[in-house]
Amino acid sequence: MLKSDRTFFLRPQDMIGIAILAILLVVVLPLTLDNFRLQFVGKYLTYAFVALGLVLCWGYAGILSLGQGVFFGLGGYCMAMFLKLESSSVEATKIQTTPGIPDFMDWNQITALPLMWQPFNSLTLTIIAVILVPALFAFIVGFAMFKRRVGGVYFAIITQALAAIMTILIIGQQGYTGGINGITDLRTLNGWDIRTDSAKTILYFVCVALLIACILIAYFVKSSKLGRILVAMRDKEDRVRFSGYDVANFKVFVFCLAASLSAIGGAMFTLQVGFMSPSFVGIVPSIEMVIYAAVGGRLSILGAIYGTLLVNWAKTSFSESFPELWLFGLGGLFIAVVLIFPNGLAGLWQTYIAPRLGPLFGGASARRASPPAATPPAAPSSGTAAPAAAE
Amino acid sequence: MSSKNDQSNKFSSTRRKLLMGIAALPAVPLLASTGLLSTPAFAQAPATSEVNTTGLAVTDTEVTVGILHSVTGTMAISETGSVQAEKLAIDQINAMGGVLGRKIKFIQEDGASDWPTFAEKAKKLLVNDKVAAIMGCWTSASRKAVLPVVEQYNGMLYYPTFYEGLEQSKNVIYTGQEATQQILAGLDWVAKTKEGKTFYLIGSDYIWPRTSMKIARKHIEGHLKDSSVVGEEYFPLGHTQFNSVINKIKLKKPDVIYAAVVGGSNVAFYKQLKAAGIDLSKQTLLTISVTEDEIDGIGGENIAGAYSSMKYFQSLDNPNNKEFVAAFKKMWGEKTVIGDVTQAAYLGPWLWKMTVEKAGSFDIDKVAAASPGIEFNKAPEGYVKIHDNHHLWSKARIGLAQPDGQFKVVFETPDLIEPDPFPKGYQ
Repeated sequence: MLKSDRTFFLRPQDMIGIAILAILLVVVLPLTLDNFRLQFVGKYLTYAFVALGLVLCWGYAGILSLGQGVFFGLGGYCMAMFLKLESSSVEATKIQTTPGIPDFMDWNQITALPLMWQPFNSLTLTIIAVILVPALFAFIVGFAMFKRRVGGVYFAIITQALAAIMTILIIGQQGYTGGINGITDLRTLNGWDIRTDSAKTILYFVCVALLIACILIAYFVKSSKLGRILVAMRDKEDRVRFSGYDVANFKVFVFCLAASLSAIGGAMFTLQVGFMSPSFVGIVPSIEMVIYAAVGGRLSILGAIYGTLLVNWAKTSFSESFPELWLFGLGGLFIAVVLIFPNGLAGLWQTYIAPRLGPLFGGASARRASPPAATPPAAPSSGTAAPAAAE
Repeated sequence: MSSKNDQSNKFSSTRRKLLMGIAALPAVPLLASTGLLSTPAFAQAPATSEVNTTGLAVTDTEVTVGILHSVTGTMAISETGSVQAEKLAIDQINAMGGVLGRKIKFIQEDGASDWPTFAEKAKKLLVNDKVAAIMGCWTSASRKAVLPVVEQYNGMLYYPTFYEGLEQSKNVIYTGQEATQQILAGLDWVAKTKEGKTFYLIGSDYIWPRTSMKIARKHIEGHLKDSSVVGEEYFPLGHTQFNSVINKIKLKKPDVIYAAVVGGSNVAFYKQLKAAGIDLSKQTLLTISVTEDEIDGIGGENIAGAYSSMKYFQSLDNPNNKEFVAAFKKMWGEKTVIGDVTQAAYLGPWLWKMTVEKAGSFDIDKVAAASPGIEFNKAPEGYVKIHDNHHLWSKARIGLAQPDGQFKVVFETPDLIEPDPFPKGYQ
């Protein structure tokens, strides 16, 4: 075991961190929260997938994407299309002019199921589409941009434009997409009613399991040679290029990975909330997702998860207590985070709490854990220069 | 819970001018002092165990309802009027002794102009707060998001906006008009009095204008004599460049421009019409999307001369409405205007109160079953009645926009129009 520590992709403190998160999500929250609040946590966790993608893409590779909502939405729409087709059986829609097609198509005088909807009759194809459609889209965008060495602020602006284009496209093509209403009234997944409390609880655990799996993927990427190249690229892109690496390929890869992670979140969102709408695709939600990562700490994989949970929890509880003033409270929180803790929650942890925890563990484990533990505070400080410039 | 209620009340009043705050002040102690008020009026209130068998938030002295509208975001400007009307109605009902001897307490939630938030908050109101009814939603999109939630958790939603129809639910009472109630009588009127033969249809691009225009086109082509549609166009929400369509209108010279442009686009549309030299006193324009609230933004001078087809106008001349307008202005300030939807929102709490009293219970199933046939004589729009399909029987009226931002009522249907959310021959 000791030997494998050098090559294994998780350091001991990473394992402890993941274990704590897993215990929190699998044991503590389900035991302490009622069903209703737990379903909210499940919903927040779907955004955590996006934040996770952003840590890789923005924190490690220095590519700030302000259009992650597009991928979240694509994943969500793929899943929603499957669920909508399932709930639009001929009997359920017999009052329509054309029974058997989704209700909004009927309202828009469409009389046959469009070709682009056909694959979504199959669950297998849908799951493949959830992961591949956003990745393919990200590949096209990334390839076109990074091969031309478009980066930094320009890339951020272009992704923002993509988010705007996607929203307009979805709203405009309402016969095919449900327009501004989105795709609503989703009922069953392969005959399994997803609206019951027990189904929601199961989906919550599925969501947690997928999230942990994605966290492991993120750690794997981070600790691999690829991860180190990403960091190097962020800090001195030219030097990496002159060393003979094709920088663009690495960027395209990490951008596609972030897109697929977001899309998994989107699909889980649709399953848990029961609908999908263009309001997750636009510029505002995309920027909000960047804020989750920023609050958690864009250099910390686990920090991003906690950041997402904290921001969304604050959003829900502020708006429940002060329906007319809550936006100010939320805005204040963001300003405070950016001004006072630029490295987010993870930064706080690493500067104030982690150093004090080290001695507490004491003994052999501390000796093993502390040398690598000294590196993370160093990594962010050396790493902040490039992303800060990109802002 | 009651402290939360008072808080939201205080906060909403601090936002307004001092004068209005003072006007609203009596409401705060009224809501807070449950104990004092309860003794005389609530002496013969039926036992809670009888009127509430499903675990709703009903105590011996109070019943909780939810108010769910956007008070932040782009829709806040439209939905604020509905929130105000619902609070006014609740205040008035409480002053009369409440519902089944119980005072109404409300929990307000913000939909934030965001459909998923509406669904989340609706669920919170039903699951967490166990409200006996929700007064809420405005746009079709928010209703579509909330509908599965109220059906799943068996809630009661009172929805105030005129809408496209094609929907009916046990768990929803639609206090606004569905499309045929708003459209057909208006088209008949314009065909008759303005001798309109050619129509140009313009709308924002989403489900309500699209469905409304579909119904309008079928009516024009199928039921009006030798009439035709010479153009039909849709623009994205928030669109502000109407010059090309205005040029087409000038070219085609339709007898009637039939408009369902919503929100901020309205401002651009009417200003550009005016700038292009289209004089609304000569060119007939009939809209189904402009109420007094929208004119506030458009500017009365830009839209004077246009006709609007609604069921309610603030200027309506009847004793109920005079009382309503006076009470509304007393509570929310002299400058507030009252549009069609605001009035429909005011009906919600009243209809619910009467239904609960008829059913003798707060149970959702009993309230839903007792709803058909409920009559409300004191409605500002005049007498209304709930149909078996949970929509309201109501009249259609045509108002002529005045430069001061009010409408002059020029026509009203003699009888109540039957709601028909799934109109045969119009789909």
